[in-house]
Amino acid sequence: MANSLTQLIQSNKARLLDLWIQKQLTSDSLRDDLMSNDELRAQSEELVNALARSLTEENIDQVDSIQFDEVFEILSGISVYRAQQGFSPRETGLYIFSLKDAILDLIRQEITDPARLFEESVRINRLLDSLGVVTFETFIKGREEVILRQTEEISDISTPVIQIWEGILALPIIGTLDSSRTQVVMENLLQRIVDTGSNIAILDISGVPAVDSLVAQHLIKTVSATRLMGAECIISGIRPEIAQTVVHLGIDLSNIITKASLASALKHAFAMSRMAVKRIDVDKKAL
Amino acid sequence: MDKIPILRMGPFLLVTIQVDLYDRLALNLESDLVQKVHQTGARGVLIDISAVSIVDSFMGRILGNIASMTRVLDAETVVVGMQPAVAITLIELGLSLKGVHTALDVERGMALLQEKLDWDTDVADDDGDNIE
Amino acid sequence: MVITLSKDRMSISREQDLVPFRNRVKEAAVKIGMGIVNQTKLITAASELVRNMFRYAGGGEVLIEVVSKGRESGVRLTFTDKGPGIADLSLAMQDGYSTGKSLGLGLPGAKRLVNEFDLKSTVGQGTTVTILKWKNG
Ligand SMILES: Nc1ncnc2c1ncn2[C@@H]1O[C@H](COP(=O)(O)OP(=O)(O)O)[C@@H](O)[C@H]1O
Ligand SMILES: [Mg+2]
Repeated sequence: MANSLTQLIQSNKARLLDLWIQKQLTSDSLRDDLMSNDELRAQSEELVNALARSLTEENIDQVDSIQFDEVFEILSGISVYRAQQGFSPRETGLYIFSLKDAILDLIRQEITDPARLFEESVRINRLLDSLGVVTFETFIKGREEVILRQTEEISDISTPVIQIWEGILALPIIGTLDSSRTQVVMENLLQRIVDTGSNIAILDISGVPAVDSLVAQHLIKTVSATRLMGAECIISGIRPEIAQTVVHLGIDLSNIITKASLASALKHAFAMSRMAVKRIDVDKKAL
Repeated sequence: MDKIPILRMGPFLLVTIQVDLYDRLALNLESDLVQKVHQTGARGVLIDISAVSIVDSFMGRILGNIASMTRVLDAETVVVGMQPAVAITLIELGLSLKGVHTALDVERGMALLQEKLDWDTDVADDDGDNIE
Repeated sequence: MVITLSKDRMSISREQDLVPFRNRVKEAAVKIGMGIVNQTKLITAASELVRNMFRYAGGGEVLIEVVSKGRESGVRLTFTDKGPGIADLSLAMQDGYSTGKSLGLGLPGAKRLVNEFDLKSTVGQGTTVTILKWKNG
């Protein structure tokens, strides 16, 4: 058989794709819950086509050749997509390695000379291993992007600043208050104070699981920064356990206005703004 | 420019800091203000720092000094319009400007000073009543 | 590994140099897209250290570098003077310690405002302080 390895792959593209799809469909790592079989086929076909297009007898041993850019790009796209869809690294790895199996099956059927078969198998191995490396690299990058986005979303969602009355802001804190979170809280709060011209802020910590001396320090910093801007800060949502630990740890919160509930903090804020909420006497009004 | 203008507004003095101060300028401001409070018998000082992007420990000390000095002369000092980034930085630096009053803007700073003044006058009136 | 992307030197001899120096630092921080809060922290720390330089050592030189490490970029400042040096570094790093009748917050405060802080000093030879603030630090 005089056909070169590249010619062999190019002229048997359709058969190769079938072999590969067959392997994927029968594999344990098939995730038809994450991706439909049609989609899988389209994705695999695109990759096989690109590979067949890019491959030449010269560049097959030089995977860093720019002629493979298209293949790498498609492959990167596929693995980032898989990372975002929630495929495991194992499933993604087996995807590309099953292509290797398919190509090896193909040449085993086509090449009869054992010496040549061995030689070509080594070349295929080398090429596909490189593609495997790219797959892992981009898969991890894809996961990192997911994590980064989620981190941003969480810190945005978890620090909403609500204007509950003219001049009064409320900031319910949910979750642990570490130093980077405190930065976000402080920045959001102070900026909203400027934007809305509010002079009272209520920091509600009912959603904070525990207050240790570090968290207390973060709270004190936030209150102090608010005061520097010319606004007052009330801390509400102090549970009995928190009151106990604060005293046991010897944390001095005496310079800070603290209230048990958001409602009592709001009442205090109204009093500071010289406002009062009154119940309307319905009977008299009806007259 | 080596002097920052001090404006008189009724019983109060208003200083708007428009440029990043180098040290000499800040020290001049301190002595000018104290002089002016004494001359005019002003009862309050407003320092608008909304255009100031950096307050370091030197500038912080000057603000603290001004507040303490004018208080001895019976005038309260209010620093107004501090930018959020400046407030966060000062706290991390370790400076909370104790003894300096703060307000969001000039208008509220003025109201704060007026309130303190009214309260002072009330107390003085009450004292008078008691003597009679 | 930290790579230097750009370098800029500035000598400081008088307090009037403070404002132009701050502007140079700001330019470097803006160039890498540092947010306003981190910018303010960096410039404030720089302001403290440059003041120490002309106050206690009669001036010196500052190296302003834009650096990067992996995905992160940052600004690194190196303050070098040939002044009297500091005899007791841990004392100088204490909040409130000052031989200049000031607040004693310059060195410890600057350390709190940046991500990396290094102080080296030899009595009779001079002092070198290096600070680094990451863009998202
Ligand atoms: N570059 C320097 N050369 C010599 N001594 C210095 C230098 N920087 C700081 N010091 C010493 O360290 C002390 C603490 O400095 P710092 O924390 O900035 O506070 P402050 O400047 O208010 O005294 C100074 O009082 C001074 O004795
Ligand atoms: Mg100093």
